[in-house]
Amino acid sequence: MEYIISVLRKKRNGDEQYVQSFNYETSSLETSLLQVLININNQYNEDIAFEYSCSQKKCGACSAIINNHPRLLCHAKLKDYNKEIRIEPLRKFPVICDLIVDRSILYDNLKKLKLWLDEDADASEKNNELVYKSSECILCGLCLEACPNFNIESSFYGPSSISLTSKIVLEGDIETKNKLRKEYQEHIYNGCGRSLACVNVCPKKIRIDKLLVNLNGLSIWKKR
Amino acid sequence: MKAVNIIGAGLGGLYLSICLARKGIHSNLISQMPSERAQSVLGEGGINVAIGESDSLDSHIEDTLKGGAYLENKDNVVQLVNNAKDIVEDLIKLGVPFERKNNQLVLRNFGGQINKRTAYSKTSTGKMIMTSLIDETRKYESLGLINRLSHHKCVDVKIDNNEFKYVVIKDLFTDKCYNLTGTLVIASGGLNGYFEGSVTGSSLNDAYLQSSLFSNGMEFKNLEFIQYHPTTIDIKSKRLLISEAARGEGGRLFYFDDNGNKEYFLEKKYPDKGNLMTRDVISREEYMFMQVGKQVYLDMTRVDANKWKTTLSDLRNEVMDYLGIDPIKEYIPVTPGIHYFMGGINVDINHKTSIKNIYAIGEAASIYHGANRLGGNSMLGALVGAKVVSKTIEEKVISESKIEEIKYEKKAINPLKLRQIRNILLNSMGIVRDENSLKQSLEELDKLLDEDNTIYVNFAKAIVMSALNRKESRGAHYRSDYSESSASYKKQTIVKFDKEIKVNLK
Repeated sequence: MEYIISVLRKKRNGDEQYVQSFNYETSSLETSLLQVLININNQYNEDIAFEYSCSQKKCGACSAIINNHPRLLCHAKLKDYNKEIRIEPLRKFPVICDLIVDRSILYDNLKKLKLWLDEDADASEKNNELVYKSSECILCGLCLEACPNFNIESSFYGPSSISLTSKIVLEGDIETKNKLRKEYQEHIYNGCGRSLACVNVCPKKIRIDKLLVNLNGLSIWKKR
Repeated sequence: MKAVNIIGAGLGGLYLSICLARKGIHSNLISQMPSERAQSVLGEGGINVAIGESDSLDSHIEDTLKGGAYLENKDNVVQLVNNAKDIVEDLIKLGVPFERKNNQLVLRNFGGQINKRTAYSKTSTGKMIMTSLIDETRKYESLGLINRLSHHKCVDVKIDNNEFKYVVIKDLFTDKCYNLTGTLVIASGGLNGYFEGSVTGSSLNDAYLQSSLFSNGMEFKNLEFIQYHPTTIDIKSKRLLISEAARGEGGRLFYFDDNGNKEYFLEKKYPDKGNLMTRDVISREEYMFMQVGKQVYLDMTRVDANKWKTTLSDLRNEVMDYLGIDPIKEYIPVTPGIHYFMGGINVDINHKTSIKNIYAIGEAASIYHGANRLGGNSMLGALVGAKVVSKTIEEKVISESKIEEIKYEKKAINPLKLRQIRNILLNSMGIVRDENSLKQSLEELDKLLDEDNTIYVNFAKAIVMSALNRKESRGAHYRSDYSESSASYKKQTIVKFDKEIKVNLK
């Protein structure tokens, strides 16, 4: 099977993005696009830059836009596509080089939310399952890419902040909840347009909508 | 400002930065990518803590020593085990959702141990611990005690007269380089880079730093001991791990005999521990069957149905997602894959290396696991190392840390050569080794030597020479030409570069 893989590239410190296309022939359709890029670099002696670490959907490094859909390169397989595959960097973040983007905003927003426990966690097991689900977020940024309400200048911190806030609110004491309430209202609750695009693209299948409902109950209405 | 420089933001580095911050000590946490991308998030089965009713610290110590083929110094293992309870309690306070019932930890069975001893969070324990630790780090970041330097790679280390001088780090976003002085802690993980494509871990652990430290005279220990995990699957770009929890929760390994009957070979041969024998033993058994053309399968079809909804739900999702196999109904074909490096930087019980002002923790260090690591002891080892270093380092002994921009140029290693080095190592450092193939590897490595890859080739040679020097079989090191353990080799392999590569037993 022959594919045409097009990559939207940009030189480090360069201004212009440009498309470079490669013919890629293989019989192994289970191959991930991450491995395809590694193979192209080897085969064509290229230096396409992209981030990756775990190669199995657990670290969130290899986010990209594939044929206009945000996905993890390690989770997208050749068999998912027809002949032409176009790989681009995420569009909402500053491009550093080729497919590498600066996702610092993800971390900065969590810091601005003051997202940490001030006291020991409430370790009662009743919340275990929800805490688990909330902790699964890998900060890949795909939900921010898909979200119609998020951009890096918006006061809305985006869906990724929702799942991690959920963890802290579930485990935090009353002071922690009080600390988060105002920030939550302003930067999450008011900004989310309930499009649920985040739920569709989340590689961990986190039901951000459910966490949000639960979070609203815990942090907005229940003052104690 | 006085600060500790930590290279690597995985479990060890992250916990160290927290422990130091609790004492009011500043740290720079340097990593190529943020902690969310570290190998530690792949940690699956759990963390050993001997708090079960019939369990004891002594039993955990003995299992760890025995699992490691009695190579490790007992004092080190005692330190590992004695810290487990406090650390797990700390993790619970930090919000890790360990499986609990009536507010007591639920423990699961794991390899090489009869007692239920492994605390867990489904089969994503590493991810759960990392999420909680990262939350905690954020608190100290806001206080200015932790400086997370993500997207920075350590590209060089300067050592003079056995004393650490400075490291060079490169900002991977801007390409600018900086000098960093101060106390240094290496927490950069295992040697995956030498075996990329054949490991279960992260490609970030490229071992570049280790090879650089080796060429600068740092002592390394037991590099011949490489853990092959018995249940992995080739998914083209890497080996996908099926957690040992699969067997801890009732999974069984078998092959089809010549009459087409399922042969549960481990249960027959090892009636005591069966499918939960140590990883070195099971991988070797599998290898022998593979040699005669037999495929080994993991059979989870008789696992208690409830577990699929609870403790094994994420394992099932992953197997279905990446392999298209539903483990409730189908058998999973498995082979051994490289999972962990017992060898690494030689450290004393306080995690001090042979170079003044440099410490090492986590998989980068060799201290707790002897010739073969028990499942459930690796995350424990990383956390204990962090705790020990944070106690060892007193503020008064930390040197001034300055970050200074410098000009730094170094030619990168040719990727083709790197692939050749990997292939050579894979050929001779498999589950079964012998003198001929090891010697042949050394010759091939010598032929590859050029100006730009000396550092890389030298460290690869150190790995092979360590294996060549150990003329016995012990733990994960199996020599077909010396198939028995020998009392005279119950010593640590110490390898060091001093004008040439020198291997000694100590």
